[in-house]
Amino acid sequence: MSDFAVVGSILAAMFAAATPLLFAALGELVVEKSGVLNLGVEGMMLVGAVCGFAVTVQTGSATAGFVVAALAGAATGSLFAVLTLFLLANQVATGLALTLFGVGLSALIGQGFVGIPLEGLPKLNIPGLSDLPVVGQALFGQDVMVYLAIAAVPLVHLFLYRSRAGLVLRAVGENHTAAHALGYKVLRIRFLAVMFGGAMAGLGGAFLSMDYTPMWAENMTSGRGWIALALVVFATWKPVRVMLGAWLFGGVTILQLHVQGMGIDVPSQLLSMLPYLATVLVLVMISRDVARIRLNAPACLGKLFHPDA
Amino acid sequence: MNRRTMGKTLLGLAGAAAVALSVGAGPAHAQDKLKVGFVYVGPISDHGYSYQHDQGRLAVEKALGDKVTTTFVENVPEGADAERVIEQLAASGHKLIFTTSFGFMNPTLKVAKRHPEVKFEHATGYKRAENVATYSGRFYEARTVVGAIAGKMTKSNIIGYIGSYPIPEVVSGINAFTIALREQNPKAEVRVVWVNSWYDPGKEAEAAKALADQGADIIVQHTDSPAPIQTAQERGLWSVGQSSDMTRFGPKSHLTAIVEDWNGYYVDRVKAVLDGSWKPIDTWGGMSTGMVELAPYNPAIPADVIKLADQIKADIISGKRHSFQGPVKDQAGKVVIPEGKTATDEQILKMDWYVEGVQGKVPK
Repeated sequence: MSDFAVVGSILAAMFAAATPLLFAALGELVVEKSGVLNLGVEGMMLVGAVCGFAVTVQTGSATAGFVVAALAGAATGSLFAVLTLFLLANQVATGLALTLFGVGLSALIGQGFVGIPLEGLPKLNIPGLSDLPVVGQALFGQDVMVYLAIAAVPLVHLFLYRSRAGLVLRAVGENHTAAHALGYKVLRIRFLAVMFGGAMAGLGGAFLSMDYTPMWAENMTSGRGWIALALVVFATWKPVRVMLGAWLFGGVTILQLHVQGMGIDVPSQLLSMLPYLATVLVLVMISRDVARIRLNAPACLGKLFHPDA
Repeated sequence: MNRRTMGKTLLGLAGAAAVALSVGAGPAHAQDKLKVGFVYVGPISDHGYSYQHDQGRLAVEKALGDKVTTTFVENVPEGADAERVIEQLAASGHKLIFTTSFGFMNPTLKVAKRHPEVKFEHATGYKRAENVATYSGRFYEARTVVGAIAGKMTKSNIIGYIGSYPIPEVVSGINAFTIALREQNPKAEVRVVWVNSWYDPGKEAEAAKALADQGADIIVQHTDSPAPIQTAQERGLWSVGQSSDMTRFGPKSHLTAIVEDWNGYYVDRVKAVLDGSWKPIDTWGGMSTGMVELAPYNPAIPADVIKLADQIKADIISGKRHSFQGPVKDQAGKVVIPEGKTATDEQILKMDWYVEGVQGKVPK
């Protein structure tokens, strides 16, 4: 295989590896923009993964699987919303608990579904274009979920910065007291945002269990929910930067495997660490610019709100 | 039948790793029966390592169900939690306890000291005591057979090998495979990618894709998930499963699998406790004991290749052939095992170097 072909396949693998991160991180970005910090992304991804898988196995329809995965993720998210928004539970503790809950619940639901193989989604090979050298497979030979994740980026951006609803959502995240005084339903908006975050996390998880490695295995997200959380900060709450961050993370992950396969003498433990190291380094670089963080971080992130207080 | 109860959940390092603990308990009324406990590192549903151990437990129930009851605890993290689980089993009247992962070694010994009346069996460890026996399988023997099959089947002469951690068990497997591979096909080479995990389907699939993109046409794995088999099937490549028969994840791709079979050993050891002949011995069983098996061959493998594989298997079982038969050269071409000699058990248990034909270096 020529060097160009290898570069092309690294690119193709990078886009696929970034997809679950992109779904989950975009969802969490909207949640955090509304002023809620939900650390339960990993748990919601797992619930989405197992529900999507189960439904696809039962019905044979991948579409039904993804719809149910999104609904299941949203339902798990709304559990968090009820606890933190209405019962005023601590968001950090509840989020951690949601992850643990999601791990256990998904394992319980998935008991009967372990060891069942599933066909992944077909690749959309666009005639002519997907045969292009280097970029052909990467850009035109992926499956529909990879494109959906990328399409969600401008949609989330337009919603947040070009729509009235997005403006209100951001206002709620910046100053919930002021937004409340203006007559906006802070809790309802946050509830919807958390449900959206859950749905996106569910889709990200289902991408893993139904497409990337089409099978169900306990804890199969292996920490991707936490990476997604880091990506949101990494991207300073900007959708386009979330996408670039997900690609960077996916790219370094794939690249280190290729470096090993080529027999280049670098310790594999160091290489496995590399994507995380890259994330931390960029975080440090961004954090040096305090103004940028302050400008983009929602001012009410993680703060509790009660309309009567 | 086993009643399963969802147990407590544990918060792992950095809040990132969460482990669900569930306990299965046998009927409580059977006071006079021997209680046998099993501790697993993964879920019994992993269809790999812990699944195979649980098959052994079920074999014990089937063979000796009127004399024993069994209990298992799955998803037990290696470390302090393991000690609590083992202690709990010992304290609740279990007279024989199998701890099935390397990381349970020290917790097992600690609990064994406090409970001299209980017998312990620790898998893949090397420390024994008055009431602690150890056991493991010579999995490298099966990798010799698989290597010969791969040498006959490869067209690109590049074999992709997904490793978990660079420990002697995995490195000796890579070496045994490579020696047999190049015996059949001196031009073939092995490329190793370490994923630094026993079980991460996403990462294992990514590793398989990377190796496929580099021209490998056979993917061998020493990790536990069937994800590499699925990837190989999707890419139209051959693959070799690990721990259990993984055919259904890639029927066109799955050449065979290296299968761990603990059934016979577990039944024997429980019998030994029942008749009082149990001793704290070390068992390292190969294909001759049935502890290491090969899954059924893919029907697409030509008859002459199957004949060759069966011959090698028979020779290993009869002792005519050893996986590390001299001369064996390392990557620098230096003879490590001289002609006429075979590797000692100690050499295999401490193996930290690659033979000729493996690309890259063993991570240190």
